[in-house]
Amino acid sequence: MNPRIPLFALAAISLAGCHTDMWRQPKGEPLGENDFFPDGQMSRPLLTGTIARGKIRKDDAFFTGAVNGKWVDTLPVPLTKALLERGQERYNVYCSPCHGQIGDGNGMIANRGFTLKRPVGNYHTDRLRKMPVGHFYDVITNGYGAMYSYSSRVEPSDRWAIVAYIKALQVSQAPGAFGVSRTEIEVARQKHEAAAGADSHSGDSHSGGSHSGESHSGESHAEGAAH
Amino acid sequence: MAQIFKPSANHITQATLMGLAIGVPTVWLAIAALSRSPANTKVNVPLNQPIPFSHQHHAWELGIDCRYCHTSVEKSSYAGLPATETCMSCHSQIWTNSPLLEPVRQSYETGTPIKWNLVNKVPDFVHFNHSIHISRGLNCNTCHGPVQHMQITYKGNPFQMQWCLECHRAPDRHIYKDETRPDLQPRQQVFNLYWKYQTTGLDGLSDRERALILGTFNGTDNPKEREAGKQLVKDYGIKVQQLADCSVCHY
Repeated sequence: MNPRIPLFALAAISLAGCHTDMWRQPKGEPLGENDFFPDGQMSRPLLTGTIARGKIRKDDAFFTGAVNGKWVDTLPVPLTKALLERGQERYNVYCSPCHGQIGDGNGMIANRGFTLKRPVGNYHTDRLRKMPVGHFYDVITNGYGAMYSYSSRVEPSDRWAIVAYIKALQVSQAPGAFGVSRTEIEVARQKHEAAAGADSHSGDSHSGGSHSGESHSGESHAEGAAH
Repeated sequence: MAQIFKPSANHITQATLMGLAIGVPTVWLAIAALSRSPANTKVNVPLNQPIPFSHQHHAWELGIDCRYCHTSVEKSSYAGLPATETCMSCHSQIWTNSPLLEPVRQSYETGTPIKWNLVNKVPDFVHFNHSIHISRGLNCNTCHGPVQHMQITYKGNPFQMQWCLECHRAPDRHIYKDETRPDLQPRQQVFNLYWKYQTTGLDGLSDRERALILGTFNGTDNPKEREAGKQLVKDYGIKVQQLADCSVCHY
Protein backbone atom coordinates (compact mmCIF):
# COMPACT_ATOMS: atom_id res chain seq x y z
CA MET A 1 0.00 0.00 0.00
CA ASN A 2 1.14 3.48 -0.77
CA PRO A 3 2.28 4.97 2.55
CA ARG A 4 0.89 8.35 1.55
CA ILE A 5 -2.70 7.19 1.64
CA PRO A 6 -3.05 6.98 5.44
CA LEU A 7 -1.26 10.30 5.75
CA PHE A 8 -3.73 11.97 3.43
CA ALA A 9 -6.57 10.30 5.24
CA LEU A 10 -5.28 11.62 8.54
CA ALA A 11 -4.92 15.12 7.15
CA ALA A 12 -8.40 14.98 5.63
CA ILE A 13 -9.93 13.88 8.91
CA SER A 14 -8.17 16.54 10.95
CA LEU A 15 -9.01 19.30 8.50
CA ALA A 16 -12.65 18.28 8.30
CA GLY A 17 -13.21 20.02 11.63
CA CYS A 18 -11.81 23.31 10.41
CA HIS A 19 -14.25 26.05 9.67
CA THR A 20 -14.26 29.77 10.21
CA ASP A 21 -17.87 30.63 10.84
CA MET A 22 -17.08 31.59 14.43
CA TRP A 23 -14.09 33.56 13.29
CA ARG A 24 -16.14 35.66 10.90
CA GLN A 25 -19.61 35.81 12.30
CA PRO A 26 -22.45 37.28 10.28
CA LYS A 27 -22.77 40.30 12.55
CA GLY A 28 -22.31 44.00 12.16
CA GLU A 29 -19.30 45.81 13.50
CA PRO A 30 -18.63 49.51 13.93
CA LEU A 31 -17.89 51.18 10.60
CA GLY A 32 -18.37 47.83 8.87
CA GLU A 33 -19.57 47.19 5.36
CA ASN A 34 -23.00 45.89 4.46
CA ASP A 35 -24.33 45.19 0.98
CA PHE A 36 -27.90 45.22 2.14
CA PHE A 37 -28.11 48.99 2.45
CA PRO A 38 -27.79 51.24 -0.60
CA ASP A 39 -24.93 53.22 0.92
CA GLY A 40 -23.04 50.01 1.68
CA GLN A 41 -22.54 50.90 5.33
CA MET A 42 -23.34 48.80 8.33
CA SER A 43 -24.04 51.71 10.66
CA ARG A 44 -27.31 53.43 9.94
CA PRO A 45 -27.31 57.21 10.00
CA LEU A 46 -29.70 58.67 12.55
CA LEU A 47 -32.92 60.03 11.18
CA THR A 48 -33.10 63.79 11.37
CA GLY A 49 -34.51 64.85 14.68
CA THR A 50 -33.78 61.59 16.47
CA ILE A 51 -33.56 62.03 20.21
CA ALA A 52 -32.21 59.27 22.38
CA ARG A 53 -34.34 58.49 25.38
CA GLY A 54 -33.61 60.97 28.14
CA LYS A 55 -31.32 63.00 25.90
CA ILE A 56 -33.58 65.79 24.76
CA ARG A 57 -31.58 68.98 24.39
CA LYS A 58 -33.81 71.52 26.07
CA ASP A 59 -31.05 73.55 27.65
CA ASP A 60 -30.28 76.04 24.89
CA ALA A 61 -27.46 77.72 26.75
CA PHE A 62 -25.70 74.42 27.30
CA PHE A 63 -26.25 72.87 23.89
CA THR A 64 -26.07 75.85 21.57
CA GLY A 65 -24.20 78.47 23.57
CA ALA A 66 -26.96 80.97 22.83
CA VAL A 67 -30.27 81.97 24.35
CA ASN A 68 -32.81 83.72 22.13
CA GLY A 69 -30.20 84.21 19.44
CA LYS A 70 -27.72 85.85 21.78
CA TRP A 71 -24.50 84.20 22.88
CA VAL A 72 -24.46 83.46 26.57
CA ASP A 73 -22.05 85.46 28.66
CA THR A 74 -21.57 83.00 31.51
CA LEU A 75 -20.65 79.34 31.54
CA PRO A 76 -23.74 77.13 31.88
CA VAL A 77 -21.65 74.75 34.01
CA PRO A 78 -19.88 75.36 37.33
CA LEU A 79 -16.34 76.57 36.90
CA THR A 80 -14.12 74.17 38.79
CA LYS A 81 -10.52 73.15 38.69
CA ALA A 82 -11.56 69.79 37.28
CA LEU A 83 -13.38 71.55 34.44
CA LEU A 84 -10.32 73.61 33.57
CA GLU A 85 -8.07 70.58 33.66
CA ARG A 86 -10.44 68.68 31.43
CA GLY A 87 -10.51 71.70 29.15
CA GLN A 88 -6.75 71.89 29.06
CA GLU A 89 -6.48 68.25 28.08
CA ARG A 90 -9.15 68.46 25.39
CA TYR A 91 -7.78 71.77 24.14
CA ASN A 92 -4.34 70.27 23.71
CA VAL A 93 -5.77 67.35 21.77
CA TYR A 94 -8.23 69.05 19.46
CA CYS A 95 -7.34 72.74 19.30
CA SER A 96 -3.60 73.11 19.86
CA PRO A 97 -2.59 71.69 16.45
CA CYS A 98 -3.80 74.95 14.88
CA HIS A 99 -4.34 77.45 17.69
CA GLY A 100 -1.14 76.56 19.55
CA GLN A 101 -0.78 75.57 23.17
CA ILE A 102 -1.20 79.12 24.45
CA GLY A 103 -3.88 80.03 21.95
CA ASP A 104 -1.90 82.49 19.87
CA GLY A 105 -2.82 80.81 16.59
CA ASN A 106 0.70 79.56 16.23
CA GLY A 107 0.14 75.81 16.26
CA MET A 108 2.10 73.23 14.33
CA ILE A 109 -0.47 72.88 11.55
CA ALA A 110 -0.87 76.65 11.29
CA ASN A 111 2.87 76.79 10.72
CA ARG A 112 2.87 73.95 8.24
CA GLY A 113 1.47 75.42 5.10
CA PHE A 114 -1.88 76.86 5.97
CA THR A 115 -2.37 79.59 3.42
CA LEU A 116 -5.53 81.14 4.67
CA LYS A 117 -7.16 84.39 3.69
CA ARG A 118 -7.40 85.01 7.40
CA PRO A 119 -4.79 83.54 9.75
CA VAL A 120 -5.64 80.98 12.41
CA GLY A 121 -7.52 82.54 15.31
CA ASN A 122 -5.44 84.19 18.01
CA TYR A 123 -7.37 84.40 21.29
CA HIS A 124 -5.29 87.26 22.59
CA THR A 125 -6.96 90.07 20.72
CA ASP A 126 -9.32 92.68 22.09
CA ARG A 127 -12.11 91.38 19.91
CA LEU A 128 -11.90 87.84 21.28
CA ARG A 129 -11.21 88.88 24.87
CA LYS A 130 -14.54 90.70 24.86
CA MET A 131 -16.33 87.87 23.08
CA PRO A 132 -18.97 86.10 25.19
CA VAL A 133 -18.24 82.46 26.03
CA GLY A 134 -21.16 81.37 23.90
CA HIS A 135 -19.25 82.45 20.81
CA PHE A 136 -16.40 80.04 21.48
CA TYR A 137 -18.88 77.24 22.10
CA ASP A 138 -20.63 78.10 18.86
CA VAL A 139 -17.37 78.03 16.90
CA ILE A 140 -16.43 74.61 18.26
CA THR A 141 -19.92 73.34 17.47
CA ASN A 142 -20.43 74.83 14.04
CA GLY A 143 -17.01 75.79 12.81
CA TYR A 144 -15.86 79.21 11.73
CA GLY A 145 -14.19 80.36 8.53
CA ALA A 146 -11.87 77.58 7.44
CA MET A 147 -12.32 75.77 10.74
CA TYR A 148 -14.54 72.72 10.56
CA SER A 149 -17.15 71.79 13.09
CA TYR A 150 -15.82 69.73 15.99
CA SER A 151 -19.24 68.65 17.16
CA SER A 152 -18.66 65.04 16.15
CA ARG A 153 -15.32 64.93 17.96
CA VAL A 154 -15.89 66.97 21.11
CA GLU A 155 -19.02 66.45 23.15
CA PRO A 156 -20.93 69.43 24.61
CA SER A 157 -19.62 69.13 28.17
CA ASP A 158 -16.06 68.99 26.84
CA ARG A 159 -16.74 71.98 24.61
CA TRP A 160 -17.60 74.04 27.69
CA ALA A 161 -14.48 72.76 29.40
CA ILE A 162 -12.45 73.94 26.41
CA VAL A 163 -14.21 77.30 26.43
CA ALA A 164 -13.39 77.73 30.11
CA TYR A 165 -9.77 76.87 29.40
CA ILE A 166 -9.59 79.31 26.49
CA LYS A 167 -10.78 82.03 28.86
CA ALA A 168 -8.10 80.94 31.32
CA LEU A 169 -5.52 81.19 28.54
CA GLN A 170 -6.70 84.70 27.74
CA VAL A 171 -6.41 85.79 31.35
CA SER A 172 -3.00 84.18 31.67
CA GLN A 173 -1.62 86.16 28.73
CA ALA A 174 -3.15 89.52 29.59
CA PRO A 175 -4.50 89.70 33.13
CA GLY A 176 -4.71 93.47 32.90
CA ALA A 177 -7.30 93.31 30.18
CA PHE A 178 -9.54 91.38 32.55
CA GLY A 179 -9.03 93.70 35.47
CA VAL A 180 -6.79 91.46 37.50
CA SER A 181 -3.09 91.80 38.25
CA ARG A 182 -0.48 89.07 38.26
CA THR A 183 -0.04 89.53 42.01
CA GLU A 184 -3.72 88.91 42.57
CA ILE A 185 -3.48 85.77 40.49
CA GLU A 186 -0.45 84.62 42.42
CA VAL A 187 -2.16 85.26 45.76
CA ALA A 188 -5.26 83.39 44.65
CA ARG A 189 -3.12 80.54 43.39
CA GLN A 190 -1.29 80.21 46.68
CA LYS A 191 -4.54 80.37 48.58
CA HIS A 192 -5.97 77.67 46.38
CA GLU A 193 -2.92 75.46 46.75
CA ALA A 194 -2.98 75.85 50.51
CA ALA A 195 -6.66 74.94 50.54
CA ALA A 196 -6.06 71.97 48.27
CA GLY A 197 -3.10 70.91 50.39
CA ALA A 198 -5.15 71.07 53.58
CA ASP A 199 -8.05 69.35 51.89
CA SER A 200 -6.09 66.27 50.95
CA HIS A 201 -3.11 65.60 48.78
CA SER A 202 -5.06 66.11 45.58
CA GLY A 203 -2.35 66.46 42.97
CA ASP A 204 -1.55 69.87 41.67
CA SER A 205 -0.80 70.39 38.06
CA HIS A 206 1.90 72.89 37.34
CA SER A 207 0.45 74.94 34.57
CA GLY A 208 0.17 78.57 35.37
CA GLY A 209 -2.66 78.99 32.89
CA SER A 210 -5.25 76.91 34.64
CA HIS A 211 -4.58 78.47 38.02
CA SER A 212 -4.78 82.01 36.82
CA GLY A 213 -8.09 81.18 35.24
CA GLU A 214 -9.54 79.97 38.47
CA SER A 215 -8.70 83.14 40.27
CA HIS A 216 -10.71 85.06 37.78
CA SER A 217 -14.03 85.24 39.53
CA GLY A 218 -15.75 87.48 37.01
CA GLU A 219 -16.00 84.43 34.78
CA SER A 220 -17.85 82.33 37.29
CA HIS A 221 -20.69 80.01 36.68
CA ALA A 222 -24.43 80.33 36.43
CA GLU A 223 -26.63 77.85 38.25
CA GLY A 224 -27.82 74.45 36.97
CA ALA A 225 -25.11 72.23 35.54
CA ALA A 226 -26.50 70.36 32.61
CA HIS A 227 -25.02 67.22 31.22
CA MET B 1 2.68 -19.53 -3.31
CA ALA B 2 4.40 -16.40 -4.43
CA GLN B 3 5.97 -14.04 -2.00
CA ILE B 4 3.60 -11.23 -1.01
CA PHE B 5 6.40 -8.89 -0.08
CA LYS B 6 9.39 -8.40 -2.28
CA PRO B 7 12.73 -7.88 -0.56
CA SER B 8 12.39 -4.15 -1.20
CA ALA B 9 9.41 -4.12 1.22
CA ASN B 10 11.93 -4.09 4.06
CA HIS B 11 13.28 -0.76 2.88
CA ILE B 12 9.84 0.66 2.32
CA THR B 13 8.78 -0.31 5.83
CA GLN B 14 11.90 1.20 7.31
CA ALA B 15 11.50 4.34 5.27
CA THR B 16 7.86 4.65 6.26
CA LEU B 17 8.58 4.28 9.95
CA MET B 18 11.45 6.73 9.74
CA GLY B 19 9.32 9.07 7.68
CA LEU B 20 6.54 9.01 10.22
CA ALA B 21 8.92 9.51 13.13
CA ILE B 22 10.59 12.49 11.50
CA GLY B 23 7.90 13.73 9.15
CA VAL B 24 4.98 14.10 11.55
CA PRO B 25 6.81 16.24 14.11
CA THR B 26 8.42 18.23 11.30
CA VAL B 27 5.10 19.04 9.70
CA TRP B 28 3.69 19.75 13.14
CA LEU B 29 6.50 22.15 14.01
CA ALA B 30 6.37 23.75 10.58
CA ILE B 31 2.67 24.51 11.01
CA ALA B 32 3.32 25.84 14.52
CA ALA B 33 6.17 28.03 13.29
CA LEU B 34 4.21 29.24 10.29
CA SER B 35 1.17 30.20 12.35
CA ARG B 36 3.43 32.30 14.59
CA SER B 37 5.41 33.85 11.76
CA PRO B 38 4.67 37.22 10.19
CA ALA B 39 3.43 35.34 7.14
CA ASN B 40 0.38 34.49 9.19
CA THR B 41 0.28 37.10 11.96
CA LYS B 42 1.25 40.01 9.65
CA VAL B 43 3.38 41.53 12.41
CA ASN B 44 5.74 44.15 10.95
CA VAL B 45 4.17 43.73 7.51
CA PRO B 46 2.99 47.13 6.22
CA LEU B 47 -0.45 46.93 4.67
CA ASN B 48 -1.22 48.90 1.54
CA GLN B 49 -3.93 51.48 1.96
CA PRO B 50 -5.99 53.53 -0.48
CA ILE B 51 -4.10 56.57 0.84
CA PRO B 52 -0.50 56.17 1.99
CA PHE B 53 -1.24 57.66 5.41
CA SER B 54 1.83 58.12 7.60
CA HIS B 55 1.50 57.99 11.37
CA GLN B 56 5.15 59.00 11.56
CA HIS B 57 4.31 62.28 9.88
CA HIS B 58 1.07 63.08 11.66
CA ALA B 59 1.67 61.75 15.16
CA TRP B 60 5.40 62.31 15.54
CA GLU B 61 6.52 65.09 13.21
CA LEU B 62 3.37 67.18 13.66
CA GLY B 63 2.70 65.95 17.19
CA ILE B 64 -1.02 65.40 16.72
CA ASP B 65 -2.49 63.50 19.65
CA CYS B 66 -3.82 60.00 18.95
CA ARG B 67 -7.25 61.11 20.11
CA TYR B 68 -7.55 63.82 17.50
CA CYS B 69 -8.48 61.10 15.02
CA HIS B 70 -9.21 58.07 17.21
CA THR B 71 -11.76 60.02 19.21
CA SER B 72 -13.58 57.20 20.92
CA VAL B 73 -10.58 55.28 22.23
CA GLU B 74 -11.12 56.43 25.82
CA LYS B 75 -14.79 55.69 26.07
CA SER B 76 -15.67 52.95 23.65
CA SER B 77 -14.64 49.42 22.80
CA TYR B 78 -13.70 50.69 19.39
CA ALA B 79 -10.93 53.27 19.01
CA GLY B 80 -12.66 54.73 15.99
CA LEU B 81 -11.32 55.54 12.57
CA PRO B 82 -11.52 59.21 11.64
CA ALA B 83 -14.35 60.35 9.45
CA THR B 84 -13.22 61.93 6.18
CA GLU B 85 -14.31 65.21 7.76
CA THR B 86 -11.45 64.83 10.24
CA CYS B 87 -8.90 64.51 7.42
CA MET B 88 -10.45 67.46 5.66
CA SER B 89 -10.25 69.61 8.81
CA CYS B 90 -6.69 70.26 7.73
CA HIS B 91 -6.57 68.96 4.18
CA SER B 92 -9.23 71.30 2.94
CA GLN B 93 -6.42 73.85 3.35
CA ILE B 94 -3.20 71.88 3.19
CA TRP B 95 -2.02 69.79 0.27
CA THR B 96 -5.22 70.52 -1.58
CA ASN B 97 -3.81 69.55 -4.95
CA SER B 98 -1.99 66.40 -3.95
CA PRO B 99 -2.98 63.44 -6.11
CA LEU B 100 -2.32 61.20 -3.11
CA LEU B 101 -5.24 62.82 -1.34
CA GLU B 102 -7.63 62.50 -4.25
CA PRO B 103 -9.49 59.59 -2.58
CA VAL B 104 -10.02 61.77 0.51
CA ARG B 105 -11.50 64.60 -1.51
CA GLN B 106 -13.62 62.15 -3.51
CA SER B 107 -14.90 60.63 -0.31
CA TYR B 108 -15.76 64.01 1.15
CA GLU B 109 -17.56 65.18 -1.97
CA THR B 110 -19.58 62.04 -2.52
CA GLY B 111 -20.13 61.09 1.11
CA THR B 112 -18.68 57.64 0.50
CA PRO B 113 -16.43 56.46 3.31
CA ILE B 114 -12.82 55.64 2.56
CA LYS B 115 -12.28 51.90 2.62
CA TRP B 116 -9.21 51.45 4.78
CA ASN B 117 -7.71 48.01 5.06
CA LEU B 118 -7.97 46.70 8.56
CA VAL B 119 -4.54 46.32 10.16
CA ASN B 120 -5.52 45.06 13.58
CA LYS B 121 -8.19 42.44 13.83
CA VAL B 122 -9.22 39.93 16.43
CA PRO B 123 -11.57 37.06 15.59
CA ASP B 124 -15.28 37.73 16.02
CA PHE B 125 -15.42 35.49 19.08
CA VAL B 126 -13.05 37.82 20.94
CA HIS B 127 -14.47 40.94 22.55
CA PHE B 128 -11.73 43.49 22.87
CA ASN B 129 -12.42 46.81 24.52
CA HIS B 130 -10.07 49.75 24.07
CA SER B 131 -11.50 51.97 26.79
CA ILE B 132 -10.82 49.59 29.67
CA HIS B 133 -7.20 49.16 28.62
CA ILE B 134 -6.71 52.91 28.31
CA SER B 135 -8.35 53.56 31.66
CA ARG B 136 -5.85 51.18 33.26
CA GLY B 137 -3.01 53.20 31.79
CA LEU B 138 -1.86 50.74 29.14
CA ASN B 139 0.05 52.64 26.53
CA CYS B 140 -1.18 52.32 22.94
CA ASN B 141 2.22 51.11 21.84
CA THR B 142 2.10 48.19 24.26
CA CYS B 143 -0.14 46.47 21.76
CA HIS B 144 0.21 48.50 18.59
CA GLY B 145 3.98 48.84 18.41
CA PRO B 146 5.83 52.06 17.59
CA VAL B 147 2.88 53.60 15.73
CA GLN B 148 4.30 57.12 15.89
CA HIS B 149 7.22 55.93 13.79
CA MET B 150 5.29 53.96 11.19
CA GLN B 151 5.34 55.35 7.68
CA ILE B 152 2.74 52.84 6.57
CA THR B 153 0.87 51.28 9.43
CA TYR B 154 1.65 47.71 10.34
CA LYS B 155 0.66 45.37 13.10
CA GLY B 156 2.90 45.62 16.15
CA ASN B 157 1.98 42.37 17.86
CA PRO B 158 0.49 39.04 16.81
CA PHE B 159 -2.83 39.44 18.71
CA GLN B 160 -2.92 35.70 19.27
CA MET B 161 -4.38 34.43 22.49
CA GLN B 162 -1.04 33.39 23.91
CA TRP B 163 0.11 36.98 23.55
CA CYS B 164 -2.98 38.44 25.24
CA LEU B 165 -2.59 36.03 28.14
CA GLU B 166 0.97 37.11 28.83
CA CYS B 167 -0.45 40.28 30.33
CA HIS B 168 -3.79 38.93 31.53
CA ARG B 169 -2.01 36.34 33.66
CA ALA B 170 0.51 38.78 35.13
CA PRO B 171 -0.65 42.37 34.70
CA ASP B 172 1.91 43.56 37.25
CA ARG B 173 4.61 42.86 34.66
CA HIS B 174 3.03 45.33 32.25
CA ILE B 175 1.12 47.98 34.12
CA TYR B 176 2.99 51.25 34.40
CA LYS B 177 2.73 54.72 35.85
CA ASP B 178 5.09 57.64 35.47
CA GLU B 179 5.95 58.39 39.10
CA THR B 180 6.98 61.93 38.27
CA ARG B 181 3.36 62.71 37.38
CA PRO B 182 1.26 61.43 40.28
CA ASP B 183 -1.40 64.00 39.41
CA LEU B 184 -2.41 62.20 36.24
CA GLN B 185 -5.09 59.59 36.04
CA PRO B 186 -4.03 56.31 34.46
CA ARG B 187 -5.91 57.32 31.31
CA GLN B 188 -3.89 60.51 31.10
CA GLN B 189 -0.66 58.64 31.74
CA VAL B 190 -1.14 56.89 28.42
CA PHE B 191 -1.06 60.05 26.36
CA ASN B 192 1.29 61.96 28.59
CA LEU B 193 4.06 59.62 27.51
CA TYR B 194 3.79 60.90 23.94
CA TRP B 195 3.94 64.52 25.09
CA LYS B 196 6.94 63.66 27.20
CA TYR B 197 8.60 61.96 24.25
CA GLN B 198 7.89 65.01 22.10
CA THR B 199 9.46 67.31 24.67
CA THR B 200 12.48 65.32 25.77
CA GLY B 201 13.14 62.89 22.95
CA LEU B 202 14.26 59.34 23.69
CA ASP B 203 17.06 60.57 25.98
CA GLY B 204 14.64 62.03 28.48
CA LEU B 205 12.76 58.76 28.91
CA SER B 206 13.47 55.96 31.34
CA ASP B 207 14.52 52.59 29.91
CA ARG B 208 11.04 51.29 30.37
CA GLU B 209 9.39 54.29 28.76
CA ARG B 210 11.78 54.04 25.86
CA ALA B 211 10.86 50.39 25.40
CA LEU B 212 7.16 51.30 25.57
CA ILE B 213 7.51 54.04 23.01
CA LEU B 214 9.50 51.86 20.64
CA GLY B 215 7.07 49.00 21.07
CA THR B 216 9.73 46.62 22.35
CA PHE B 217 8.42 46.32 25.90
CA ASN B 218 7.52 42.73 26.76
CA GLY B 219 6.85 42.95 30.46
CA THR B 220 9.31 43.56 33.25
CA ASP B 221 11.05 40.99 35.43
CA ASN B 222 12.70 43.58 37.64
CA PRO B 223 11.46 42.77 41.17
CA LYS B 224 11.17 46.42 42.15
CA GLU B 225 9.11 47.29 39.07
CA ARG B 226 6.93 44.24 39.61
CA GLU B 227 6.34 45.35 43.17
CA ALA B 228 5.22 48.75 41.88
CA GLY B 229 3.12 46.94 39.27
CA LYS B 230 1.45 44.85 41.97
CA GLN B 231 0.60 48.01 43.87
CA LEU B 232 -0.92 49.58 40.74
CA VAL B 233 -2.93 46.43 40.05
CA LYS B 234 -4.34 46.82 43.54
CA ASP B 235 -4.93 50.57 43.20
CA TYR B 236 -6.70 50.20 39.89
CA GLY B 237 -8.88 47.41 41.24
CA ILE B 238 -7.78 44.87 38.64
CA LYS B 239 -9.07 41.44 39.56
CA VAL B 240 -6.13 39.26 38.60
CA GLN B 241 -7.95 36.08 39.62
CA GLN B 242 -10.55 36.64 36.93
CA LEU B 243 -8.43 38.33 34.32
CA ALA B 244 -7.49 35.13 32.52
CA ASP B 245 -10.95 33.58 32.69
CA CYS B 246 -12.37 32.56 29.31
CA SER B 247 -15.42 34.73 29.78
CA VAL B 248 -13.36 37.90 30.15
CA CYS B 249 -12.81 38.02 26.39
CA HIS B 250 -15.07 35.28 25.03
CA TYR B 251 -18.64 36.04 25.88
